[in-house]
Amino acid sequence: MKSAAAPAGHAGAPARGSGGHPAGSSLLRGLPLLPSLVLLAVFLAGPIVYCVYDAFTDAQLTGAAQTHFVGLANFTRAFGDPDFLNALWLTMVFVVGSAVVGQNTLGLALAVLTEKATRPVRSLTNGVVIAAWVLPEIVAGYLMYAFFYQQGALNDVLGALGLPRQNWLYTLPILAVCLANVWRGTAFSMMVYSAALGEVPRELVEAAEMDGAGVWHRLWHVTLPVIRRSIMTNLMLITLQTLSVFGLIYAMTRGGPGNKSQTLPVFMYQQAFQNSLIGYGTAIALVLLVVGALFSVVYLKLLKVEED
Amino acid sequence: MATTDLRPAATAGTGGRGLRSASAAGSGRRRVRPARIAVNVVLLAVCLAFVLPLAWMVLASISSTASFELTLPSPPTLDNFHAILNTDTTFRPLLNGLLLCGGATLLCVVVSILAAYPLSRYRSRLRRPFLYTVLFTTGLPITAVMIPVYSMFVQVDLIDSMGATVLFLTASALPIAIWLMKNFMDGVPIVLEEAARIDGANAMQSLARVVLPLMWPGVIVVTVFTFISMWGNFFVPFVLLLSPEKLPASVSVFTFLSAHDQTQYGQLAAFSIVYTLPVVMLYLLLTRKLGGGFALGGALKG
Repeated sequence: MKSAAAPAGHAGAPARGSGGHPAGSSLLRGLPLLPSLVLLAVFLAGPIVYCVYDAFTDAQLTGAAQTHFVGLANFTRAFGDPDFLNALWLTMVFVVGSAVVGQNTLGLALAVLTEKATRPVRSLTNGVVIAAWVLPEIVAGYLMYAFFYQQGALNDVLGALGLPRQNWLYTLPILAVCLANVWRGTAFSMMVYSAALGEVPRELVEAAEMDGAGVWHRLWHVTLPVIRRSIMTNLMLITLQTLSVFGLIYAMTRGGPGNKSQTLPVFMYQQAFQNSLIGYGTAIALVLLVVGALFSVVYLKLLKVEED
Repeated sequence: MATTDLRPAATAGTGGRGLRSASAAGSGRRRVRPARIAVNVVLLAVCLAFVLPLAWMVLASISSTASFELTLPSPPTLDNFHAILNTDTTFRPLLNGLLLCGGATLLCVVVSILAAYPLSRYRSRLRRPFLYTVLFTTGLPITAVMIPVYSMFVQVDLIDSMGATVLFLTASALPIAIWLMKNFMDGVPIVLEEAARIDGANAMQSLARVVLPLMWPGVIVVTVFTFISMWGNFFVPFVLLLSPEKLPASVSVFTFLSAHDQTQYGQLAAFSIVYTLPVVMLYLLLTRKLGGGFALGGALKG
C-alpha cells in the first residue's frame, strides 16, 4: 500500500503464501477468480472488442440488410462533422469546467474549511453536499432543471439580490449543466480530500505555524504538497466520471437547445438511437473509450498497485 | 480492527481540533475565534446553495398547482402522493429496481469477494497484470460501452431481458468492487487464517469463517455503494430494457411526464421523493454505522 490514505490497507500488507507451489495447485487457488473473469470477459471485454469492430462498419439500427466494412469512413466523417467537433469541444468544457475546476476546487475548499468549522456546521455541510451526491441522477437532473428554469429558484434569488435574471437553459445551457455537475459531484472530491487531510501530520502544519506561516502559505507549501498524490488521483477519477455523464445532461436539456449542451455521450446516443446510425455512434463511443483509456492509464501510473 | 480503520477523517479531525484549541488557549484565542466564525458563515452559505435546489422537490410534491416554479403550496396537500402510490406508477418500478439492483449488487458482492481472496492472499505472476487490468477497467466510461452492448444484445436476442441486464450491471460494477474488496481484505492479518488452516480448514472455509467476519464493515460499504450507484443508474436499463412493465424507477421517473398527464409536476416531485428515499435511508444507515462516504473516500486509493 503506497498511498497515504488507504485505511483498510493500513494494518500492514499481509504476509502472503510462501510461494513455490506446483502449477496445479496455483491453478486451483485461482479458481475463485473464475466467475469474475467470465463476467468481465463476456459483458465488458466482449462489447469493447465488438465496439472496435462495429466502428469500422456502416451498421444501422433499422432497414439495412447487410453491414459493410467501411474502413475509417466513420472517423473521417466524425472529424469532418461540425456537430461532432462541437460535442468534442463541449465535452472538454464540461470536463474542465465542472470537474477539474469546479468539483476539484470546491471539494478541496470544503474539506479544508470543514476541518476548521464547528462540529454542527461540519456535519450539516457534509450532510447537504453528500445528499446531492446520493440522489439518483435523473432526479438530480429534474432538480437542476427546476433550479435553472426561467421562473426557477436561481432567478428568484438573483431577482431578490437585484441582479439581472437569465434564461439559463437557453442562453447558457453548458454553464447550467456544468454547475449542475458541480452541485452533484463535489461530494466525491470533498470525501477524498477529507480522508487525505486527515493523514497530513499535525506536527508539520504546527511547525509551519510556529514559523509564522500564514493560512495560505501553510496550505500551498505544506498541506498541498503532502496530499499531491490524492489530488492527482482525485483529478483522474472525477475526469473519468464526468466524461461519461449522460443522464444529468439528458434530463436537463437533451443536449439542446440545438446542440448547445450536446456533449459526446449525448451526441453518441442521439446518432446511434435517434438517427439509427449504430456504426457512427459506435465510432464516437470508441473515441470516448480511447480518451477514457488514456486518462485511465495516467491514473494507473499514479497508483502503484503494490510495492513488490 | 477494520471498524476503526474505516473512519480516518473523523478521528483525525477531532484529534486535530483538540490540539489546536489547546494551543490556542495560550496566545491566539482572540485571533482564532473570528476566523472560525468566518469559516462557519462561508460553509452555511454553501449549505444554503446546495439545499436550495432540493426545495423545489419538497414544495412541489405537497402543492396542488405545481410547475417548475418555486412557490409555496397553498394549502399543503398529500394528493400527489395519493395519486402516485399505486402499482403501475410506483410499486412496480420500485420492485423492478429492487430486483435489478438488488440482484446485481448481491451477485457483484459475492463474486468480488471470491475474486478478492486469491488476489489478496496469493502471490502469482498473473496477480499484478490482473490487478492493473481491473484498475484500468474502473476508469473506462461505461456510457461508451452501452452502444456496442446494445448491438451485441440485439444479435443474441437478450434485449429486454432482466436477467441479462442484471448480469451487465454486475459486470460494470465488478472492477471497482473487486478493487475495494481486495483493499479491505488486505487489512485482515493472514496470521489469523493460519490457525484455521492448521486446524484443517481449506481456503473457502477460512474465507467464510475467519476473513469475512473480520471485514464485514468493508463488505457493507461496498454493498451499499454498489446498490446506490445502480439504483440511480439510468442509462443501462434505459438502453437494455424496453417493456414498460420491466422498467425500474430510474427510467420511469424519466418518462414520468410523457407517460402520465403532462402537467402533473407535483406528482413527478412526489414520485422523485418516493424513488429517492430508499437510497437516502441506506446512506444514513451507513453513515451512522461506518462513517459513510468517508470510508469510501479513503479506501478508493489503494
